[in-house]
Amino acid sequence: MRRVLALILAGGHGKRLGVLTEKIAKPAVPFGGKYRLIDFTLSNCVNSGIYHVGVLTQYRPHLLISHIGIGRPWDLDRKKGGLVILQPYLGGVAGWYKGTADAVYQNIEFVDEANPEQVLILSGDHVYAMDYNDMLDFHILKNAEGTIACMEVPLDEASRFGIMLTDVESRIVDFEEKPPRPRSNLASLGIYVFNWSFLREYLIRDAEDEDSSHDFGKDIIPRMIKEGRQIFAFKFSGYWRDVGTIRSYWESNLELTRPLPPLNLYDRHWRFYTQTEEMPPAYCAPESRISNSIISEGCEIRGTVENSVLFQGVHVGEGSVIKNSVIMTGTVVGKNCLIENSVVAERVTIGDEVQIGIGDDAPSALDPEVYTGLITVIGMYSKIPENVRIGKNCVVGVGVTEKDFSVKELPSGGFILRGE
Amino acid sequence: MKVLGLILAGGHSESLGPLVSKRASAALPVFGKYRAIDFTLSNMVNAGIRKVGVLTQYNPRSLMDHLGSGKEWDLDRKNGGLFILQPYVSAEGSYWYKGTADAIFQNMTILRRGEEDYVLIGSGDHIYKIDFTQVFNFHFSTGADITLLVKYLDETYDLTKYGIVQMEDHRIVSIEEKPQNPRGNLAFLGVYFMNKYLLMELLYNYVTKGENDLLNIVISQLGKLKVHGYVFNGYWRNVKKGIDEYFRINMDALRKEIREELFYKHGKVYTKLKDLPPPKIGSSAVVKNSIISDGCIVNGHVENSVLFRGVVVKAGAVVENAVVMQDTMIEEGAVVKNAILDKEVLIRQQGRLVGKEKLAVMEKRAVL
Repeated sequence: MRRVLALILAGGHGKRLGVLTEKIAKPAVPFGGKYRLIDFTLSNCVNSGIYHVGVLTQYRPHLLISHIGIGRPWDLDRKKGGLVILQPYLGGVAGWYKGTADAVYQNIEFVDEANPEQVLILSGDHVYAMDYNDMLDFHILKNAEGTIACMEVPLDEASRFGIMLTDVESRIVDFEEKPPRPRSNLASLGIYVFNWSFLREYLIRDAEDEDSSHDFGKDIIPRMIKEGRQIFAFKFSGYWRDVGTIRSYWESNLELTRPLPPLNLYDRHWRFYTQTEEMPPAYCAPESRISNSIISEGCEIRGTVENSVLFQGVHVGEGSVIKNSVIMTGTVVGKNCLIENSVVAERVTIGDEVQIGIGDDAPSALDPEVYTGLITVIGMYSKIPENVRIGKNCVVGVGVTEKDFSVKELPSGGFILRGE
Repeated sequence: MKVLGLILAGGHSESLGPLVSKRASAALPVFGKYRAIDFTLSNMVNAGIRKVGVLTQYNPRSLMDHLGSGKEWDLDRKNGGLFILQPYVSAEGSYWYKGTADAIFQNMTILRRGEEDYVLIGSGDHIYKIDFTQVFNFHFSTGADITLLVKYLDETYDLTKYGIVQMEDHRIVSIEEKPQNPRGNLAFLGVYFMNKYLLMELLYNYVTKGENDLLNIVISQLGKLKVHGYVFNGYWRNVKKGIDEYFRINMDALRKEIREELFYKHGKVYTKLKDLPPPKIGSSAVVKNSIISDGCIVNGHVENSVLFRGVVVKAGAVVENAVVMQDTMIEEGAVVKNAILDKEVLIRQQGRLVGKEKLAVMEKRAVL
């Protein structure tokens, strides 16, 4: 039995998901009809036989922590090992986590106690199916000190990733975090294996370095490679997505509705586990028309749903049409609505005759870096009164109420946030 | 007040034919993801009962697998929790349960040892949602010794298959089991609530004399004890009453008011989790007036049907008026109408299974 401890970095904000992560950490963002992002990494761990997992939280952890609980859906409620939430704490040099490396550094005692041979450093906000044993086997075969999972990406996208250059033995000879002019298309997936004694030494040195930003990709790994350590690249060719932007989030969800999606949720030998509310199966009414869509438990569909992902307990009223959209848990859509190219967050109430995602696209007046076009985003718990028309690339903030809608029309690129 | 829940789940019914050849009727799958026993068990848990004994006898494997440690009902507990009470062998001999009273009598230990003062006895075959705390309140406020759950059944029930009750005010004066000519339509619903020590006394007095049926014992006490009837007005059906009744119960869930009552009123219905992804409806699919469960992949035509978890309906297949249980596969061009397909059935390409006056039924793992 290998002594492997997994540490899942789940403290991130995910700023580029805009209002979707205003109240929740990115790993808690819902995905694929019933899951939250962290479910994929947690399920990969237990499917790979790793039953000792630390989850490092920081940004708005409440929903994330209540979702994970004591790890029961993943069989991680165990006497030995199991799931441990590692939150920032006070005492000594501790405090808020300053970066991904600092987060692990502050939990050195926890890892020492677990005494693993290898630690697996994972990110809680990627969607993928991966048997970590393949990577661990590779790590041991190569007699590596560290192994980084990587994937070939299109060259024009490479500058979004940590990019590595390798020799014929797959040993990494150079590593650049988000290079403006990438010299290779081998991108880091943010999945690392390290021998613990080796990593421990680098974490301590990094903590002492006042110029460091305490980040794995920016500081720790470049230093290891500069010092000529045995760091190898493990090529992964399966499905992997970083749903870091609203566009990629929307696309990755809709991708699941295709006839043979690249991520197979239906593989009984590699299940994805999650914590869900107990609900009856979905009901599709006589007047419903559903095609190319995922609909979840507790849904009641009386309208038309096309190329969309509907989470648990979504109600779609008579005459309403939902196209190319992601509608999250508990959202209720009234009658004769039209929702197109939108992401509607959890427990939103949409009145009758509402239209969302109509008209021509326009740049966002709120934040063109985050809201890059086409997709309209409706924040959780908001209430949209009847007859409202909302354009493309619009934003309705978290908890917006009927009172905040002084006008019946929100043109493309516009936004409404919650009033005081 | 602490209440012990007991669920009678040992029964067998010939009239359910192949559906119960390998399972107890309480383990019959219903409404896409549940089993019959989930309703009584959830009703008990939702009423605050923390200790439940399930009395099993007939083919209990699938029932035991379903209940597990009781985790889904929060019954995996240090104190109380779920107890499976099956017939056993001991130094005095081994005895199958000879009836409902005998089944409880043979498990007297759970009554003797517990700290509970009251016992609620239900059946694993009944589909209904009830707030049992109302029954407890009725019991005390009317000063009953024994409270039975009763209901006025309409013409959709075959009254000759139920116990028909005569009641004066609250008090039950007579009960006729399965009468040829029923006098009235007030029926006993198989639920008893009484003081635990009274139950123990009755069992000691009557089971030792050879009366093994609990209802017969209660009938014998009608003149002596205050046996009251709590009239239940909600949806109530018994899966054990035959294949047509079982089919009808499943189809009832296609009605909005019944879904709301069964799934959302008086707390949730808990069941074993399967960790399957949400259902996917393909581009050529037509789904009308149907229940579709997790793990289903539908590319064909599905109408007026209940699809359980993991059912696959391939392109060009037609499923109408059907109850299709877990992991059944209906291949391209097949037609299934007026039918019940048990688990893991395979209807091959172009296969036709069409029930006429009688529903077509396919046994577990059957292939057409």
